[in-house]
Amino acid sequence: MNGREPRAPLARAVRRGDRRALARLISLVERRDPAADRALRELYSFTGRARVVGLTGPLGVGKSSLVNRLIGHLRSQGRSVAVVAVDPSSPFSGGSVLGDRIRIEREDADTGVFIRSMASRGQSGGLAPTTRDVVRLLDAAGFDVVLVETVGSGQVDVEIREIASTSIVVLIPHLGDEVQTLKAGLFEIADVFCVNKSDLDGAEQARRDLVELVALGAPRHGWRPKVVSASASQPFGIDELWAAVESHEAFLDEGTRRADRDRHRLRAELFELVLDDAARRLRGAVEADRTFAELVEEVRARRLDPRTAAERWRRRSARPRG
Amino acid sequence: MPKASKSAPIRVLIAKPGLDGHDRGAKVVARALRDAGMEVIYAGLRQTPAEIVRAAIEEDVDLVGLSILSGAHMELIPRVLKGLRAEHASRIPVFAGGIIPDEDARRLKRLGVRAVFGPGTSLETIVESVRSIAGRSS
Ligand SMILES: Nc1nc2c(ncn2[C@@H]2O[C@H](COP(=O)(O)OP(=O)(O)OP(=O)(O)O)[C@@H](O)[C@H]2O)c(=O)[nH]1
Ligand SMILES: [Mg+2]
Repeated sequence: MNGREPRAPLARAVRRGDRRALARLISLVERRDPAADRALRELYSFTGRARVVGLTGPLGVGKSSLVNRLIGHLRSQGRSVAVVAVDPSSPFSGGSVLGDRIRIEREDADTGVFIRSMASRGQSGGLAPTTRDVVRLLDAAGFDVVLVETVGSGQVDVEIREIASTSIVVLIPHLGDEVQTLKAGLFEIADVFCVNKSDLDGAEQARRDLVELVALGAPRHGWRPKVVSASASQPFGIDELWAAVESHEAFLDEGTRRADRDRHRLRAELFELVLDDAARRLRGAVEADRTFAELVEEVRARRLDPRTAAERWRRRSARPRG
Repeated sequence: MPKASKSAPIRVLIAKPGLDGHDRGAKVVARALRDAGMEVIYAGLRQTPAEIVRAAIEEDVDLVGLSILSGAHMELIPRVLKGLRAEHASRIPVFAGGIIPDEDARRLKRLGVRAVFGPGTSLETIVESVRSIAGRSS
């Protein structure tokens, strides 16, 4: 499948490189507007081309600063870059302060960069599916690289990892507690470790600790995570960081690795959708069914136990109705 | 299942154009808007008008708030308005805060700025005005 230009106006505009349309469509995806669904369907055939790279790590380790530098690095190679920065929402008001917004020294007219902030809550349908769809829009819009920044927080990262082709975990010297965090999950996520703020004391020690940790672990699907020292503020190590990403991408390109990964992910996504659909239909059937209400009463009267009642309903509803 | 919702949070870009390095006020406002349930994109210090226009478009915000203490408001704010117009984005309302004399505030409003908040304005007033400018007053 490929090539057919979309008919939905917003989707067409995105393909034409209209940034306002792209921004609008992202908002619609965030709130699961039906118009977004249509556009996503039409744009899907144009996805799968962008390199999607995740950056995650504890609060304040310099993820945005690194994104900044990576944008500079990639632009100097002539590659276009989109960024999705996900920030946590306030558990109290549901509101959020997103930022400081990533800021690049870029030409005002540079259309090769697009930056979007997203709140982690208030995403109807969940953060990971929303992020995946937003990344697809950016991919279909033609960006060569999509960088996804998230604050390290366990589950979210694991889910976001399923979107990226390479995941960078950002840490800083004097890990201490961070090493615990590693054990708790970040270690499972990393294709590349970046020790940022390596301009500070303890950087060399931190790097050695990580290399040791990586050497202890078993390689995941044949890949042993790379460890890179960098400083976003100086800057140094940025070329090395991107080279590590490239080497992981090259690794994926060997044999059928990338295809296998893609298949695995899409299978999970499709399965999810089929399940959702089945659940929705079943819910409709149950709510419309009088015998279900009767079974509830039987259970309430202790004449039937819930499991037997469920089984009965299943057998009954499997029978064609007359 | 996800429902399409009208109740998507109001998105506001808060920016500080110009060279002064004080963003206490802007941050206080940003937090108040967040506590009122809004999504605030905080653009940080020393943004150029062009950067602000770009951010407003890419972030698809409902409003732009500009905080200016340097006295350069009559120069910077019209440039943001003009930039938005040039990008066909003049539908995005702009409000301003900071030390802005009444006479200038009147001129800015004539140019299209929707509200100007002086140093004494209460946070409640700001939150309410932002809601009503966004067309979502409760
Ligand atoms: N010394 C030093 N400071 C840095 C470096 N990189 C970033 N910083 C500083 O670290 C602070 C946080 O940087 P950010 O880039 O905002 O970090 P972040 O990980 O994106 O932060 P959150 O998104 O809030 O989790 C800022 O004050 C930066 O100036 C670095 O390489 N060296
Ligand atoms: Mg950040």
